[in-house]
Parts: sequence; C-alpha cells; structure tokens
Amino acid sequence: MRPYSALDVLWNGLTGQRGWTRAWRDRAPRPAYDVVIVGGGGHGLATAYYLARNHGLRRVAVLERGLIGQGNAGRNTTIVRSNYMLPGNREFYEHTLKLWEGLSQELNYNLMFSQRGHLALSFDPGFRDAFARRYNTMRMTGADGRWLSRSEVQARAPYLDWSQSARFPIEGGFLQQRAGTARHDALVWGFARAADARGVHIVQNCEVTGFLREGGAIVGVETSRGEIRAEKVALAVAGSTGPLAAKAGLGKLPLETHKLQAFVTEPLKPIVHQVISSARQGLFYMSQSDKGGVVFGGEIDGHPSYAQRGGLETYSEVMSKAVSLAPFLARTRLLRQWAGVVDMSMDGSPFITPTPIPGLYFNAGWNYGGFKATPASGWCYAHTIAHDAPHELNAAFSLDRFARGRELDEEAAGPVPRLH
Amino acid sequence: MRLTCPFCGPRDVAEFVYEGPFSGAPQTERPALSAAPAAWVEAVFLRDQPRGETRELWRHLHGCGCFLDVLRDTLTHEVRAVAFADPADAAAMRAKP
Ligand SMILES: Cc1cc2nc3c(=O)[nH]c(=O)nc-3n(C[C@H](O)[C@H](O)[C@H](O)COP(=O)(O)OP(=O)(O)OC[C@H]3O[C@@H](n4cnc5c(N)ncnc54)[C@H](O)[C@@H]3O)c2cc1C
Ligand SMILES: [Zn+2]
Repeated sequence: MRPYSALDVLWNGLTGQRGWTRAWRDRAPRPAYDVVIVGGGGHGLATAYYLARNHGLRRVAVLERGLIGQGNAGRNTTIVRSNYMLPGNREFYEHTLKLWEGLSQELNYNLMFSQRGHLALSFDPGFRDAFARRYNTMRMTGADGRWLSRSEVQARAPYLDWSQSARFPIEGGFLQQRAGTARHDALVWGFARAADARGVHIVQNCEVTGFLREGGAIVGVETSRGEIRAEKVALAVAGSTGPLAAKAGLGKLPLETHKLQAFVTEPLKPIVHQVISSARQGLFYMSQSDKGGVVFGGEIDGHPSYAQRGGLETYSEVMSKAVSLAPFLARTRLLRQWAGVVDMSMDGSPFITPTPIPGLYFNAGWNYGGFKATPASGWCYAHTIAHDAPHELNAAFSLDRFARGRELDEEAAGPVPRLH
Repeated sequence: MRLTCPFCGPRDVAEFVYEGPFSGAPQTERPALSAAPAAWVEAVFLRDQPRGETRELWRHLHGCGCFLDVLRDTLTHEVRAVAFADPADAAAMRAKP
C-alpha cells in the first residue's frame, strides 16, 4: 500500500487523476483461516486491523454478506463522544475517543474527525444535577466536560428557541469539547484499507448461513460461497446478531432488535456548530455535516424489527422535537430519511466477549452508540480473540453480567430497550 | 403500522406500547416467586430474536388501556392478529355498553 500524501493529491490533480490505485482488494475466500470475522461493518473491519497490527495475526478474513459498510456503519449520525459515567463504560469510551484522536494519522486515511464539541442541553435542575454528577465523574476519570450557563449556550447556538414562549426553556448545558463527528464511510474504508495492507482478506457478497462443528466446538462457517474453516469465528453483525447467534447455538440473548431512523435536510450554510443533544421529550440529537445537511435523529421505533425502514409515528415525533428545539428547521426541506437495524441490549451497554462455545466470540449490543465505539471495540475484540480472554477495558461487557447482577445500566432505565 | 384493537378498532401504532414477548397468558409470563434465579434472569433479561412471525404483548396505552396479544411479522411489519391478552378483559370489555 502506497501511503496517501499531499504530494500525491497534487500530482494526481495535475495528471488527470490517473495514478490512483484500489484502496483495498476484494478477495475470493480461501478454504481456511486462523480467524474468520463475520460482518464487514466498522467493528468487523477494525477487529481485523487490530488482530493484524496488535497481535500479529495474518490469516484473518472478514466475511460480509453484501458490501462493506452497507449496514449501520453507513447509516449512523456519526456522533463521537465519551460522556459515560459507570465504571466499565467510561474507561472504554474514553479509550475509543483517544484512539479517534490519532486514527486519521495511523490509518493514513482522512476520517474527517472533527472535535467540534457535544452539547447536552439542560432544561431543569433534576437533569442538571444528574449530569453534573456524570460530568464530574468524567473529569475525575480522565475525560473532559463542563457546565455552560444559559447565555454561554445561547452564544454557541443562537438558532435554538430562546423566546419566552419556548416549549422547553433551556437553562444551560454540558459541553464535552473533545467530542464531535466523523465521516462514517471513511472509517469503514480507512480500516478496510489498513487491514488489507496487513494481509487481511476482505470477502464481500459472502453470507454466513451456518456453522461447522466438531465435538462441542465451532470450527468454521458455512457461507453462500462455500465452507470456510477457522480456528476462531468472531461475530460482529450488529443488527443481525439474533438470528445468527441462534444458529450458532447461543440461545436466548440479552438483546432486542429494533430500528432506528435518521434524517438529513438540504445543505445549508454553516449554522449548527456543535453536536446538540436533548433528553427532553425523549432523545433528540443533531449536527451539521461538512456538506451542510443538518443530520438528526431521535429514539428507536419501539418494537422489534428487522426491516431497514422507519415508521411514520417516530418520524413525526422526531420532527416535532426538531422544530420545537430549533424552529428554523421548519423552513428547511428534508432531503432523506432512512433506518438501520440496531442491536439493543437489555441494559444499554455492549458485549465483547468469548462465549461458552469453544471457537466462538461475540460482539454486539451497540444500541445507538456503536459508531464512536468502533476503534475501541475492534481493539478490545482483537485482544479478546487473540488471548481467549477479555482485556480489562472490556471485562465488564460479558454476556453473563445479568445473571451476576452486574448490568451496566447507564440511563438507570431498567431492562426495557426502548428506554435506553 | 396499524393495530386493530378488539375494543377500539384500527388505530395508529403510536397509541400502543410494546411490552415484550408473549406466550399466551399474562399470568404465566413471569416465574413463580420461589423460582430459581436463573428462571428470573431468563424472564427479565433474555429474549428470542424472532426474524419473521412473532407473538408479543402490547398495550393500548392511549386508548382503552387493555393488554393485547399481537401476532406480527418483524421483517415485513405485517400485523396478522390482535386479540385481548387477558380473557377477563375480553369479557369485561364486551359487557360495556
Ligand atoms: C440511524 C442510526 C444512527 C446512529 N447514530 C449513531 C451515532 O450518532 N453515534 C454512534 O456512535 N452510533 C450511532 N449508531 C450506531 C452505530 O451505527 C452502530 O452501533 C454500529 O455501526 C454497529 O457496528 P458495525 O459498524 O459493525 O455494524 P454494521 O455496519 O451494521 O455491520 C454489520 C455487518 O454485518 C453484515 N452481516 C449481517 N449478517 C451477516 C451474515 N450472516 N454474514 C455476513 N455478514 C453479515 C451486515 O451486512 C453488515 O454490513 C446509529 C445507528 C443508526 C441505525
Ligand atoms: Zn383499545
């Protein structure tokens, strides 16, 4: 792989862009690998990269049923933050944010990671107290975050509804300045290119349909392109986890599969300079893409679904939140709306863990928040696969935490996925 | 998506709340108080992941308030059948004028 450079851009600009080569190779599957990763989203590709980079494994394949990045990796609203409070979560998410900070350089791929800040609006003393505790905890454990007064928020976001008649008067907010957004497709391609350069096979249009077993162990996969043997099989299929894990024999899981919608307006001049989030009337979040579209979303649709298609009831709910918070949005045209199938866990926190089945590894439960987690998820999953045991950063993300009374319920919402 | 409530008729899904998987009788959805912890963990935290037809418990929260037994497809969003989840509800609601 020849590294990209400014000189490269200049030279190709002068010579008709004829010098570019493929960023990564689309491979045909081999009959056997050391590790097969199922799912070519961000997490699968990041895992393959870190298996090669951190653990020296070379015979690694990522099997993707369609094209890489066509799942949630290519459908999310790209918010990256580490404002988590619970031990187990906060160290992991701060690790991911630190990885993000050096990732464009490391992958030699511009991820357009922009630390424009994440601003959680506060509307009442209850929220302020809960978030003061959260952000103080973050500061004590190595993340950044601070309180902004009403006028400080207004100076940053004058387009919000500051009028006397505002449906929900804003009293201030919590800012994590190191948080921000990134280019989702670039993350997928950046990891794909860097993994490919280290010898990882990326195999597209290769759906895993079953598992090869010997004794009690899983020793490979059945795919739409034939059988592939592997010493270790690692799932990273996000919203498709349930049906595939059932085939693998994992039985009932602490997961429900829901759909989450997102929306983008026509391109506007720069106006939304941070990521804005509100927990009033349920969740709402928005940011502005570098192309100018205001990207926003709300909660999941609230019932299990595998259709990558959102319902009108949530659509109109999100619109009402959008215009009550930022009235100018009522005058913009909505360009697109879409949905992804998200793996909601019963406590809102993820799983990165070996399983009771020898040869099988498990990564899922990313809820709304797996895009930001991608680098640390790959980093920790690779460690877990290579060492047959979790790293201390993902030790809390086990499947049996519910049975041990160790659930990681960041929102204190109980075992109801639609409330996380 | 629309659900046809046996008492209220066809209504937008926004009026309903999804409560969880359903096996047939509200009284048997949770284990006995004396059951082993594993049975409670399963009932509270673990789920099958039906891709296709599934039977669920819903509630017509912004309507009659009844708990409903819903047969639905998670892949197509087709709602195949809606009935009262609790036979006692069925009788009581029918008795209303
Ligand atoms: C609308 C929306 C907004 C979101 N916003 C944010 C956000 O702002 N910030 C944030 O941090 N997170 C966000 N998320 C969550 C985030 O996108 C996901 O948690 C994350 O992308 C999941 O990991 P992934 O990238 O590996 O998943 P995916 O990209 O879904 O990867 C899974 C892959 O597995 C493949 N696959 C499935 N079954 C098989 C099979 N049998 N064989 C082979 N391959 C298979 C799929 O085709 C897919 O490509 C959002 C999600 C959605 C839907
Ligand atoms: Zn009703």
